[in-house]
This record gives sequence, C-alpha cells and structure tokens, in this order.
Amino acid sequence: MEQQKLKLDIRGLTVSYETKNESTLAIEDVNLTVGDGEFVAVVGPSGCGKSTLLKVVSGLLKPAAGTVLLDNEPVRGVPDKVGMVFQNDALLPWKSVLDNVRLPLAIKNVSRAKQIEEASRLIELVGLKGFENFYPKQLSGGMRKRVALARTFAYDPSIYLMDEPFGPLDAQTRVTIGEHFLKMWEKVGKSVLFITHDIEEAITLADRVVVMTKRPGRIKADFKVPFERPRPYYEIRFDPRFSHIQKQVWECLADGN
Amino acid sequence: MSMAMKEPLEQPETAKGEKSEVAKSEVAKSENEVVKSEVVKSEKSEVMKNEVAKGEVAKSAVAKSGVKKRDKEKYVVWSGRLLFGLIVLTLWEVLSGRAFNEFWISKPSAIAGRIYEMALSGDLWFHVQITLQEALAGLVIGMAAGTALGVLLASSGIVDRWIYPYMMALYSLPRVALAPLFVVWFGIGMTSKIIMVVTMVIFVAFYNAYEGIRNIDRDLLDMMKTYRATDAQKLRWVILPSITVWVLTSLRLNIGMALIGSVIAELVGANRGLGYYITYSSGMLDTTGVFTGLALIMMIAVVLEQIVIQIERRLLKYR
Repeated sequence: MEQQKLKLDIRGLTVSYETKNESTLAIEDVNLTVGDGEFVAVVGPSGCGKSTLLKVVSGLLKPAAGTVLLDNEPVRGVPDKVGMVFQNDALLPWKSVLDNVRLPLAIKNVSRAKQIEEASRLIELVGLKGFENFYPKQLSGGMRKRVALARTFAYDPSIYLMDEPFGPLDAQTRVTIGEHFLKMWEKVGKSVLFITHDIEEAITLADRVVVMTKRPGRIKADFKVPFERPRPYYEIRFDPRFSHIQKQVWECLADGN
Repeated sequence: MSMAMKEPLEQPETAKGEKSEVAKSEVAKSENEVVKSEVVKSEKSEVMKNEVAKGEVAKSAVAKSGVKKRDKEKYVVWSGRLLFGLIVLTLWEVLSGRAFNEFWISKPSAIAGRIYEMALSGDLWFHVQITLQEALAGLVIGMAAGTALGVLLASSGIVDRWIYPYMMALYSLPRVALAPLFVVWFGIGMTSKIIMVVTMVIFVAFYNAYEGIRNIDRDLLDMMKTYRATDAQKLRWVILPSITVWVLTSLRLNIGMALIGSVIAELVGANRGLGYYITYSSGMLDTTGVFTGLALIMMIAVVLEQIVIQIERRLLKYR
C-alpha cells in the first residue's frame, strides 16, 4: 500500500510562552498532517493556540518539544517556500499596491521588469487592476486582503499558512473573497493550512476540518469533508451533507470547551 | 502553473445583489471617503465589465471632485492668512508713533527700510550667512549623530537599558545654559555656536530615532522573515521607511532649535551673525535693529520649515 506523500507532518508538538513570572503551555502534544495539495482548516476557541501552531510551522517560533517535518525536512528557522498570510495583512503602508505585491520577487532578486510583469498579472488576477499605484490606506479591508493574497501568490510557496486571513472582514466581503480564493486555489493546487473561527468557511473551503481544544490546545477531532471539487462556494452550504458536518463540528467544539 | 481567471472578482457580487452591502461596508470602513465612495459607485455599475475602464472612471471622477474642493479650501485658507498678516502689520504701523512711542516698538516700514539698507551695504548677507551656516552645520551634524545614536541604541539590546536613562537625564538639562561655557571653551568664532546647536539638536534627533525603531510594526518584520529577506532588505523595505516619519518630525523641530541655539550662542559672545546684530543694536538702543534681527531670524525659520514640509510631503505621501 502506497503511503500518501505528506507535505506537513507535525508530531507531539508542544509550545510554551514565557510571560513575566510563569510559562504557559500554548499547545500540547499536537499531531497533525497535511497531504500534498490538501486543504486543511483548523478551528477552535479563541486563544487555543491556532496562531501559535502556524508560527511554529513557519519557523517564526521554536517549539518546546515535538517535530515539524515539511517535505520530510525538519523545520529549522524559516524554511524556503512557506507562504504565510497574516490576520492583519502586514502590507507595507509606505509602498503602493504594485510594490507590495512585487516584494517577494524583489527579495528573491528577480529582475525588476519581471517583478512588475508578474505583480501586475497577479493584481489583475485578484481583481484589482487599475489600483496598482494606490496606497494601502486608500483601500478598503477587502481590497487590502486581496493585495496580501496577490503578494503570497507572487512568492509561489509550496504550502500556504493562513492565519484567519479573512478575519477582520465583514461577513459579505468574507464570502466574496473566500469564493475568489477558492477558485484560485483550485487551479494552483498547493497545500493549505487554514486557521479560522468560522466553521462554515472551514467546511466550504477545506478537505479536512480539524478541531482544537481550548488552551493548552490539542487536536480533538479531524473531520473529512466529503464534497467534490470544484466546489460551488455559495451553493455547497445548502447541500444536505453540509449541515450534517456543521452540526458535528459545532458539537465537538461546544463539548467540554 | 496557470492561474488564469476568466471572470474578474466583481461579477459574483453583481449576480448575488450583495454588492450594495459590500459597498456600504467598504465605505464605512474607509477614512478617505471621497476616494472610496467613488470607487464603490463605479463597482456597482453592472454595465462595466472591463476592469480597466472601471479603474479609469473611478480615478477621473475622484480627481475632478477632489480637486475642486481642495482648490476652494486652499484659496480660503491662504486669503485668510494673508488678511490676518496685513491687519497685524497695519495696526503695528499705525499705532507706532501714535499710541506707542516708536522707540519702543519700531514699525514695519522702519524695519523694511533697515533691511533694504543692510542689503545694499552687504551687512544683510554678512550676518545672515554666519547664523545660517552655524545653524545648518549644527543641524546636519546633530541630526546625523543623534539619529545614528538613536538607531544604534534602540537595536542594542541590553546596552540600551544601561545607557538610555543617562541620555534622558542629559536631555533634561537646560542646554541653553551651556552657551557661556561653550564660548569660554571654543571662543567667539563659529565653532562654539555650531557646538551649541549640535547639543540642542542631538537629543531630539536621538529620541525620535530611538522611538522610531521601537515602534516598528513587528508583524512587518515577521512578514519579511517569512519571505527570507536579508537584513539589508529588511532595512530598506521596513526599518528605514518606518523611522522616516520620526526623523522628519525631529527635523522640523530641530530647525527651530538650530536657530535658537546659534542665536543664543551669538548673544553670549560673537562678533558676527544675527544674534550678534541683535545684541549690538540693543547696546546702541537701536530697537529697529533688534526687531530687524528678530524678523530676519523668523523669516529664515519659516523658509527652512517650508522646505522640510515639502520634503515630508514627498516622502510621506502614503499617509
């Protein structure tokens, strides 16, 4: 029997935070895998350590114990090819949309002409053509998110780590962007580890929904989402199977948390 | 890897009729309502499928309404300012010699006349250039040293905690009181004045650069890390732009400081410069001379500040 190639393999991960007098356990003994090209959503109560999990995978934080294997290589420092999308876009306010999107390419020392060409293509892809010379302050929250997504696409990572990327957006914008992101992802097909507190969003987007407990966070359950791809973003939530999973996830979250 | 999309983002919004809600929320979120409301109105138009055309219409609509508003406002502000200045000057001119003895307060016409005389005799440039040179030299040295010190200390970890309290203690010294000391040490030539200016400027520059480094958005640095940026790249894209605002603020403050520093040092002991001219005139009971010196200092300060404002506008247009 052939073993499915694992993009991300987390075993026994434990992370603690040092504060003034004490160290608190953020996550404890987390085991999680993400297959190649798989979209995994992580849901859990506030403060359960979802962001911490992501930070360790991206190399920004060191764990107290456990291993994280990315493409079968242990993560030491920030690995190549990890694309992180932050909760608060982390756009450079003093740079235009075009400059923000071409940043990862500039860091890679791609020629400037190519930087601009690729960035312009991605800006058009996320529907922001015409806004290349605008500054982040002049854009709405949804538009800033799209710039952040375009920037991450420019980096062309082999795994996307997304920390409540649509968090600060209002419900409607969220749905629009979610749909757009899904369409783009279905063409790109890279692995995604997606943190959200929105269960519907998780089920709509992901192949698997993983539930974490409250702090110290552990993996409580792992639900497989049975829907095929490509997925009709709006209509899928009216599929009878949808509410079934939704119920399961809710109950899992509510129970004991 | 092909990521070609056939439909732009806007169409699902059209189909679902949720666009007005999206538009409303996007407008509510913005600070720059003019830009965004125009953008949103054009997004609403279901007829326009071409993203470029949308962008162009939005931009020109914004440009037109924005420019008209801004022009009118500018006109109102500037004419008000001019009027106020003229009223003050006229009152001064009229009251002097009538309500007040001209000896005490001089008058604008006398000052203007004096400036003209000085220009003709070469005295004007003689004094102005000294003060200007002292102020500018001190400003450049003080800003460079202070900013560098601020950046270094803020990035130095434990050394920062050792040294910072001393810097703040020195900052609270009334440096103006050091002027006589500097004249004793360095004589009445330009050196003592430049040193005076440097001591006044260096602390503000230090403090602003220090706070600038401490207030850099950590998320931006994390973001750069995830893209595996080198330290030089982090400096260029994040660190230096972050502290630019702070440095420009300190520059604006320091122009005033620089002029004060050079004039005060000149008041204490000098043989040239505007501060010297003021002392000299005061010794000769020549109030017009005193006022002329003050007026010239003010004009220089205003011109220099305007230059900095222009620089600021260019460097900080993203705000």
